[in-house]
Amino acid sequence: MEIIKEFKIQAKDFIHAGEGSMEIRNTLKSAGLEADLIQRASICAYEAEMNVVMHGGNGIISMSLDETGLVIEVMDDGPGIDDINLALTEGYTTAGVEVQQMGFGAGMGLPNIVRNSDIFNIYSQKGKGAHLKMRFRIKK
Amino acid sequence: MKVRDIQSEFNLELAAGSRGLDRDVSDGYCGDLLSDVIANAGSGAIWLTIQSHQNIVAVAALKDLAAIVLVNGHRPDDGTRAKAEEEGIPLLLSSESSYRLAGKLFCAGIDLTAV
Repeated sequence: MEIIKEFKIQAKDFIHAGEGSMEIRNTLKSAGLEADLIQRASICAYEAEMNVVMHGGNGIISMSLDETGLVIEVMDDGPGIDDINLALTEGYTTAGVEVQQMGFGAGMGLPNIVRNSDIFNIYSQKGKGAHLKMRFRIKK
Repeated sequence: MKVRDIQSEFNLELAAGSRGLDRDVSDGYCGDLLSDVIANAGSGAIWLTIQSHQNIVAVAALKDLAAIVLVNGHRPDDGTRAKAEEEGIPLLLSSESSYRLAGKLFCAGIDLTAV
């Protein structure tokens, strides 16, 4: 059976930030997936969701789960990424001072996603938002 | 050592999340950059930080941390208390710095560097 969920992400809304990821985490727990997979997927969802919030885009976070695997996607209409390779470099960030004072924007979000996902694709152009697709294998 | 033992031993104020007080603490981490904590804190760790906004509770939940301690006299806002209560993650308060409190915890037998 396939489970599909989708949540909105609001730019600069640090009060509700992360709620979509936490809902996805709850859904994965209810589906009875193994703890390590739930943690890795939730971390990826959270980092991707927070990127949208802190860089000032509106977007959606979605998950789809079936027997073959789990896919989490995050799409936004934010400023987009100028240089994707640079953005994937640990420690590199374009986050503003205000966001950094909250402990976000350490330049570790995308590296954390690379580390915790099985397959990670990122599509973005400056001024055209970003689309992140994170896939996870499910052990039989 | 349980969160409850640490709370009483080091005189920490409990702001929320009493449901998690019987959790065992197996590790520790100090950090104010959320993604660094996500990358490096171990499961069951007690986390010392100056960040007091509600997003810290999501980080603690994601990493299955045992407790959060706000150091240097930082106070949580109502949203942070509510989230910690909801997740059952003890939110403790200390007037000491991360350095001093971590030193005491380390001496008490909690290896703050172990992963």
